[in-house]
Amino acid sequence: MSLHIQNLQATLEDGTEILKGVTLEIPKGEVHAIMGPNGSGKSTLSKVIAGHEGYVITGGSVTIDGEDIGEMSIDERSRAGIFLAFQYPSEVPGVSNANFIRAALQSRLPKGQEIDAVAYYKDLYAKMDLLEMDRKFTARAVNEGFSGGEKKRNEILQMMMLEPKYCILDETDSGLDIDALKIVSKGVNAMRSPDRGMLLITHYQRLLDYIKPDHVHVMAEGRIVRSGGPELALELEKHGYDFLKEAALA
Amino acid sequence: MSYEDATATLDHETREAIDIDRSKGDFTFPERHKYDAGRGLSEKTVDYICDVKNDPQWVREFRHKAYKIFNEKPMPTNWATKDLENIHFDDIRYYLSDGEKPKRSWDEVPEEVLKTFERLGIPEQERAFLAGVEAQYDSEAAYSNMKEELTKQGVIFVNSTEGLKEYEEIFRPWFGKVIPTGDNKFSALNSAVFSGGSFIYIPKGVKLKQPLQAYFRINSESFGQFERTLIIADEGAEVMYMEGCTAPKFETATLHSAVVELVALKGAKIQYVTVQNWSSNVFNLVTKRGLAMEDAEVRWIDCNIGSRLTMKYPGVIMKGRRARGEVISIALANTGQHQDTGAKMIHAADETTSNIVSKSISVGEGRATYRGQVHIPKHLKGCKNNTECDALLINSHSRTDTYPAITVRGNRHATQHEASVSQVSEEMLFYMQQRGLDEGQAMSLAVNGFINDLVREFPMEYSVELKRLIDLEMEGSVG
Repeated sequence: MSLHIQNLQATLEDGTEILKGVTLEIPKGEVHAIMGPNGSGKSTLSKVIAGHEGYVITGGSVTIDGEDIGEMSIDERSRAGIFLAFQYPSEVPGVSNANFIRAALQSRLPKGQEIDAVAYYKDLYAKMDLLEMDRKFTARAVNEGFSGGEKKRNEILQMMMLEPKYCILDETDSGLDIDALKIVSKGVNAMRSPDRGMLLITHYQRLLDYIKPDHVHVMAEGRIVRSGGPELALELEKHGYDFLKEAALA
Repeated sequence: MSYEDATATLDHETREAIDIDRSKGDFTFPERHKYDAGRGLSEKTVDYICDVKNDPQWVREFRHKAYKIFNEKPMPTNWATKDLENIHFDDIRYYLSDGEKPKRSWDEVPEEVLKTFERLGIPEQERAFLAGVEAQYDSEAAYSNMKEELTKQGVIFVNSTEGLKEYEEIFRPWFGKVIPTGDNKFSALNSAVFSGGSFIYIPKGVKLKQPLQAYFRINSESFGQFERTLIIADEGAEVMYMEGCTAPKFETATLHSAVVELVALKGAKIQYVTVQNWSSNVFNLVTKRGLAMEDAEVRWIDCNIGSRLTMKYPGVIMKGRRARGEVISIALANTGQHQDTGAKMIHAADETTSNIVSKSISVGEGRATYRGQVHIPKHLKGCKNNTECDALLINSHSRTDTYPAITVRGNRHATQHEASVSQVSEEMLFYMQQRGLDEGQAMSLAVNGFINDLVREFPMEYSVELKRLIDLEMEGSVG
């Protein structure tokens, strides 16, 4: 049972190669981190897994628990269990957070079945409390006028509410002060489970002080160039990404 | 076999169950008309209508004068869409009725007419939250009733024919005064052949807690519906009036051309709510204007979802000091539709205030146009206007135009104008779809969010309906 990315290749619509054969397997119960310099293709990888239509898949496959999701639409992948916490979450003007999350949950129910509103709010409030979010938040429009920290907390809240099988967190630590980082990490750690795989995409070691990965991968120029344990992140922190050039040559 | 044939033998409930929501209004019953003015418009047509309705002489003269003006006025295609040329006045039937007076009880309404309004949920709504209902079927009201306590308070709620005959002393002084016959070609047309619509009088100080509602139903093909409504709220009175409408989707064009005049006397308050959901073959060319005297308020809350072409610019003439006028407008233009809507605010007294908030959504090849006119003359002081127009484009084929005309003379006024055009961006859709919503649901949510603040202005029962209609439109607009 895993999120399995096999030799994935993707280009922009103009043909520019971004992913040049990425292979990665995230079994349930494990947390993997991908690190790498800007422009290495980390964010693209997350979007391609989620089914973003701005990329052309030129080779390879993505399967979850053995099922190929290559032909699935964005929303089908979501309902199949893929969750992407965005680096830059969109604003949805006029739509309250409570209604947005509710609509997302509703989309997972069979037609004709309605969400139990009382149970929904109970669950929502409990998770908001864990993330130290004010109750007023439910009535605010999705991400509209949110600070960077509020947006990221909102992503984690949605993740907690939707209970996905596989979570991909794209630069969740960017733009967070240390207090917000601790709260967000608390939420992510609460989600760790033998039934769930996680992929953290990050530029910095800092996040990994709070969310301990089982495996660390380094990505550069559209490929995974090194994989190892948590110590690899510390090595990167010490030497920077320069050594990658050597690694790439080796 | 057509849909109608296939379902004709089924009972009401079965038909209801298989009927998808989108076609809620898309059904028709065989025509049973005792009176039919035939196709085309002439002096004879006007006389036919006068004879059938047994109009008093002054009304006959009013109609004939209007008919002349209609003929003299050119189509406004110098500024409006050329699609108006596709209205074939000679093919239209101007009057169709069964010759029955409106019934006070649904039990007395002919079965097919009753079935029609039941399918549209009107008797149910009446029981739930309305103070009175008038239900018009083609040219005449089939049902008209109001709660007894309102009759005792002196409230009048009848159709226009009854209004001009039974209450001439109240009706006649205001009839055609807010909107003169020659205001435009279609107000002249309406004045020549009008039938149906409401006449409402709310006596001094009477404040209606529940809304009055009119429902306009077109059942017949190649037909023109020309209802005429006059609402007078006497000093300190308050009323909310709601109108809804549907028609089956015919192959040929249908014309709906109403004139609505509102008179709010000193300190009175009139709110007029419209949810326009005509089928996509209807030309909906409507003139609506209110007169607000001292400290009075006229609000138009207007939502246009249906029709092929709508041209409608509700207006308020603020004639008394501190009068207020407001237009809250939502327009949704899908492929094959042009919503040409807006507002007219005529400031004619000191310290008058007007507010226009217009939001339009263009989907596919749908086209939305906003035309606004705000007029504040030089000799006045302390007038205020706020105009906001926001347009949302759903894809690159959509078109939106804004023509605001704000004429402010003198420097003792405050006006504010904001306009915006936005799109449901791919990134926003990606975000929503990543959470599990399919494209249609994501679009619906984005559109509902865009108009959310305006939907709150509609009575609750209507805002639920509105949201549902928009969901259906959006679902139909993708994939």
